[in-house]
Amino acid sequence: MTTIAAGVAMGGTTATPAVSVHGVSKSFGHVRALRGASFEAFPGQVTALVGDNGAGKSTLTKILAGVMPPDEGEIRVDGEPVHFTDPLDAKRHGIETVYQDLALVPDLDAAANVFLGRELRRLRFLHDHAEMRRRTAKAFVDLGVGLVQDLRVPVASFSGGQKQGVAIARSAMWASRVIIMDEPTAALGVIQTARVIELIQRIRDRGLAVIFIAHNLPQVLEVSDRIEVLRLGRRVARFERGEADVDRLIAAISGAFANEAVS
Amino acid sequence: MSTGRIQDPVDTGDVAPARQSIARAILANPTIVTFGALLVIVLAFSALAPGLFTQGSNFVQLAQNVAILTVVSVGTTFVIITAGVDLSIPSGIVLGEVFAVQALKLVAVGDGTTAFDVGADQTTALYVFVAVAAALLGGLIIGLINGVVVAYLRVPPLLATLGTLGAGLGVALIMQNGVNSATYALDPVGHGALIAGIPNLIIVALVVVIAGFVLLHMSVFGRHTYAIGSNPEAARRVGINVERHLLRVYLLGGVASGFAGFLSLSYFSTTSVAGHSTDNLQAITAVALGGTSLFGGVGSIIGTLIGVWIPAVLKNGFIITGVQPYWQDVAVGFVLIAAVWFDQLRRRSRDRG
Repeated sequence: MTTIAAGVAMGGTTATPAVSVHGVSKSFGHVRALRGASFEAFPGQVTALVGDNGAGKSTLTKILAGVMPPDEGEIRVDGEPVHFTDPLDAKRHGIETVYQDLALVPDLDAAANVFLGRELRRLRFLHDHAEMRRRTAKAFVDLGVGLVQDLRVPVASFSGGQKQGVAIARSAMWASRVIIMDEPTAALGVIQTARVIELIQRIRDRGLAVIFIAHNLPQVLEVSDRIEVLRLGRRVARFERGEADVDRLIAAISGAFANEAVS
Repeated sequence: MSTGRIQDPVDTGDVAPARQSIARAILANPTIVTFGALLVIVLAFSALAPGLFTQGSNFVQLAQNVAILTVVSVGTTFVIITAGVDLSIPSGIVLGEVFAVQALKLVAVGDGTTAFDVGADQTTALYVFVAVAAALLGGLIIGLINGVVVAYLRVPPLLATLGTLGAGLGVALIMQNGVNSATYALDPVGHGALIAGIPNLIIVALVVVIAGFVLLHMSVFGRHTYAIGSNPEAARRVGINVERHLLRVYLLGGVASGFAGFLSLSYFSTTSVAGHSTDNLQAITAVALGGTSLFGGVGSIIGTLIGVWIPAVLKNGFIITGVQPYWQDVAVGFVLIAAVWFDQLRRRSRDRG
């Protein structure tokens, strides 16, 4: 029934994915969260990862972020096979994650959060907070995170949108290849959501691969350059921008449509 | 792309710092409240007893009295900022004293006597060094057990350190056969004044305060201490080894206690196996008075310093003005409750969605 070409090569080019997984499986006891799943995210693109609850999105995300290793299958960064033993490994490969709960330290200010664990130092053991604050302010300006007025106050006093801005800006500052965003707009209002989406697009335009996990399908269609659909632990469909609409996505998510050969 | 272009000047979610009232600013900084309280207390006693209270020697005496508490409170500040607590301070102090005494007994001086037996005029720098090293070791052992049990075995710090409180004091009593030992070998430290007019204990406490300040407020170690107290999961995700850091914080607390034991031995010229039983509560009181949050993530060394002084000044002032000094306990109790209440208000006013 489908004439839609699977996204074997995006936009007519044969670019190498910034990060990809191939035939990945992961089980938790009797639960098989991933059953030979594949996924690709290309530089300079927003790749949406959609699927119903239990489709394996968060497991796949955790594997990409280095939180857990797959039972089977391969992770590749710029086409080269890699093994992540912990999240720091993924970070070293330029992969940053914006977690749904943001993982900010509420009692520290924005600069301290942005540089947490990677503090600029003086005399090896002192932190150079003035310089960290300066670079944070610059990064916020560059990224257009105009959300933060006062870099000196703890982030606990920020609104949800401001916190999301800090969390995304932190990832954008450190990521050299890939940013994974787990439902970055789930808890935000309309205007704040619009700002976060703008921010995502600016990050994409810098040449990073953005992996965007969301349930809001109109938003997914609006933001994404490519969409990959997971169902029951496998990739069942891939769409380039313009190939999908809400109905087709729902069909893919629910199993009524597939353009991916299920092995 | 349509919603991505919306620009609305009215973002209701943003902070408006200009509208923060003075009350909010004070709430945001609990140290100001306690500093104000200390200032009021000092001014009140200065007015009531201008001669006795305000003379310089009174403040020097006060500073010397609080020196040992200051040292342990600096350590406790770190522990409480991690959202922990250290009840084992008395056992750290007493083990420090006992280790120091036992170590001095190992240093032979000649004809059957040891460094433990020498008079104040025969002490050498070596004896002092041996005593310091042994006292630090005693505190380190308590801190090591606290750290391993809290960080790796995940026993709640209240009970973990309650356990080492009892166990450490027990070991000290066993080593001493239940009796105290007096030694004058360290008197030059406890009663001397290398800098004329300023007792050594004050200098030592000041050095510890400065070191604590640098470590907490200026170092990466201090930054991570705040982070772990505020959101350990966030710290873990950026690659901070939370367990190892917690262990180090409890080691620091233990070492501070052990060092306080050395200072206590040098000042009182005797061990005090039953003499420090409320030092833990005094230190926690000082730290909480100083605006350090028992829920972690917030606190300062300067606040702790103020918190150490409030009870001491109250007691001193009551004695000088002829009021029963026990009123100090009553006053400190209520000031403590007020300080913790302020911390709660601050959290509620600050935390947003």
